[in-house]
Amino acid sequence: MSEATSSIRSVAPQASQKASKGWSEQDKRLPLGKQLILQLVCLFITFTVLFPIMWIVSLSLDPRDIARPTEFRLIPPGASLDAYRRVLTQPTANPVTFVELALNQFKLAGGVALLAILVGILASYSFSRFEYRGRRALMFTVVTVLMLPAIATVAPLFVLLNRVNIEFGALSFNLRNSLWGVGIAIMASTLPFAIWNLKGYLDTVPRELEEAARIDGASPNQMFLRIILPLAAPALAVTGFLAFNTAWTEFVMSWQFLTNPKDFTLAMSLWNMVGPFSGDTPWSVFAAMALMVALPVTIVYLLLQKWIVGGLTIGSVK
Amino acid sequence: MATVSEPLPSQSGKKPSSAKEWWRRTSSNRAAYMYLIPAAIVMGLITFYPMLYQVWMSFTDYNVKNIRQDSPPPNPVGFQNYLDILPDKITVLGREIDIPGTGKLAAKIPNFSFTRVLAFNLVWTFLNVPIHVALGIMIALLLNTPGLWGKKIYRAIYVLPMVIPWLVIATIWRNMFDQDYGSINLFLSTIGGLFGIPAEVFRIRWMESITPPFQWLFPGMPLPLSFFAMMITNMWVGWPFMCIVATGALQSIPKDLYEAASIDGANGWQQFRSITGPLLRPAMIPAAMVGIIITFNLFNCIFFMSGGGPLRQTQILVTTAYDLVNAQRLYGSAAAFCVIIFLVLLGLTLFTNRITRATERYDV
Repeated sequence: MSEATSSIRSVAPQASQKASKGWSEQDKRLPLGKQLILQLVCLFITFTVLFPIMWIVSLSLDPRDIARPTEFRLIPPGASLDAYRRVLTQPTANPVTFVELALNQFKLAGGVALLAILVGILASYSFSRFEYRGRRALMFTVVTVLMLPAIATVAPLFVLLNRVNIEFGALSFNLRNSLWGVGIAIMASTLPFAIWNLKGYLDTVPRELEEAARIDGASPNQMFLRIILPLAAPALAVTGFLAFNTAWTEFVMSWQFLTNPKDFTLAMSLWNMVGPFSGDTPWSVFAAMALMVALPVTIVYLLLQKWIVGGLTIGSVK
Repeated sequence: MATVSEPLPSQSGKKPSSAKEWWRRTSSNRAAYMYLIPAAIVMGLITFYPMLYQVWMSFTDYNVKNIRQDSPPPNPVGFQNYLDILPDKITVLGREIDIPGTGKLAAKIPNFSFTRVLAFNLVWTFLNVPIHVALGIMIALLLNTPGLWGKKIYRAIYVLPMVIPWLVIATIWRNMFDQDYGSINLFLSTIGGLFGIPAEVFRIRWMESITPPFQWLFPGMPLPLSFFAMMITNMWVGWPFMCIVATGALQSIPKDLYEAASIDGANGWQQFRSITGPLLRPAMIPAAMVGIIITFNLFNCIFFMSGGGPLRQTQILVTTAYDLVNAQRLYGSAAAFCVIIFLVLLGLTLFTNRITRATERYDV
C-alpha cells in the first residue's frame, strides 16, 4: 500500500549519507579517460532524472499565453508567473481557489496524521513493551491489514459512511460526502501503518532506562510519558509526516466520496487538470499546479531526511 | 477489562491480601490493554467492521439502487458475484440495473477476463522489478567507483524521483507521453530532426495505440505501447530506491576481500561474481520483495497514466476494483473482487516472505 512505499522510500537517505561519507577518504585517482567516460554516464543518468522535472518547471514558467507547448524546450523562453497566479485564483472550472483546496487537503492530512500518531503510539507501546495473551495475534492482524491496498476497502466504506448523517446544531451533513468521511476512510489504512511503524521503532529502543525506572517504582504510565514519549519523538515526527504525505496526495477516497466543490482537494483538482475532464486547461497552469502540490511535501521530505533515518530504517526494512 | 470486580466478596473477606496481590500482579496486563483500547476501538470501527461488511456485501447485488438511505436492502445472490468474476473466459462483467422511473442502466465492464487481468498484473510486476534492481545495482556500483568526481551531487540528484508524490509523477508523465504536445515525442522529433527524419514519424500514440509493439515477447498477451510508457515511468521512480539499498550494502563489504581477490589474480568480473554479488544478495532480495508488492498494487501509475487503456489491456487488479466501484457502481461485485484481491495478495505475500526468509539464512 502507499504507506509502505513511503516508508521504504524513507530508508533511502540514510544509505546515501552513509555512502557519501564512507569511501571519500579512500578515494584514489581515476585514470582520466575512464573518469570522463564514467562522467558521461553519470551526466546521462542525471539528464534522465531531471528531464521531467525541468520540463514541468519550464512549462509552468512559459511566458507565452499558449494552451500547449509547440516545441521542445527544457529552458523556457523568459519567465512569467502568470500560470501560478491563475492557479492561485481558480485552478479548475470549479469555483474554488487554490487556498481553499489546499486548506481542505491540509485539514485532511493534518487530522489524519495527528490522530494516527496519537492512537498509534499508545498501541505500539502496548505491543512493544508488554507480554500478554493475544498480543501476537493482534499484531498479526494489524500487519495483515497493512498488506491490503487502501482501494480494497473503498466499497464498504462508501456504503457504510453514506448511511451516517451528522446532525450537530446548525451543522447537518452526510458523513460520506464530507472531509470527515474521507479522513475516516484514509485513517482506516493509515493507523495500521502507524502502529506497525512505531512498534518497529520502539522495539529498537533499549529497555535499560525503563528497567531502572521500574526499580525506582515507576508505573507503566510514568514510563510511557517520561521515557518512551521523548525517545519516540523522531519516530513520531517521521510517522506523522508519512501519514501526512499519504493523505496530502490521497485521491481514491476523495474522488469517490466528495461531490461538493467546496470540499474538493488538491489531488482531485490536479487530476481535473490533466485527466479526461481537463478540457482545454493550459498545460502551464497544470504544471504550476503540479509543482505547488508536490513542493511542500517534497521539501519537508528532503529536510526530514535525517530524522526519517533515525525513526524508520530499523522498523520498516527488517 | 472487567477485572475490577473480579475478586469475589467472600474471598476478599477471608484473604484480602491475595486479592490485592492479584490486583498488583495483573497491573501490567491491565495497562497493556488500556493502551490498546483506543486503537482497538478505532480500528474495529473503521477497519475491521468495513472488512467484514465487505465480505457480506460480496454475497449481495449491492448496487447504485441501494445507495439512497431510504432504499431497500440489496438481495442476497449467493456466490453469483464470484462466479461472474472468476470463469476463465472473456466476458462482460456486470449487469443492467433496472431503475424505476429512469429505465435500464448498463453497469458493465466489457471484454473482461479475470485470468487475463491477473496474468497482466503479474507480468507487469515481474518485468518491472528486476529492471529496477539491476539498474539500481549498476548505478550504485558506478557511484562507488573510487575517485569519481561529483559523487555527492549525483547522489543528491538521484534521490529526487523518490521524494516526489506518485500522483504528481504520474500526471506529469501522462502529460509527457501526450501524442501531439508531449515532451517525449517533441524531444524525439528534435533529435530525429538532426538526422533528417521527418517529425511525423515521432507522433507516437503512446497511450492510445492498440498494436502491441513487441508481440513476440509475450505471444499470449498483448502488451500495448502504454504498457511500455508506464514501465519507463515506473523505472524512473523505481531504480533510485534499489540504488540506495545497494549502495548501503556495498559500503558494508570489507575492502580487504577485494584486495585478497586481486592478489589472487581475480579480475573485475570474477570479483563481482564471487564477492559483490553474493554480499549484495541479502540486502537486495528483501528490497525486491517490497518492490514486488508495491508494483503489484501500483494504482497511481496505471490509473493516472493509461487509465487501464487501451481497451482495458493495461488494467491491473486494483484499478479494476476501483472501476467497479467508481464507474460501474456495482458495490457487490466490487466487494467480491476485493475479497479475491485479498486472497491473491495473501498468496503473493506468503510467497515473497518465504523467499525472503530463505535468503535470511544465507550466511555472509
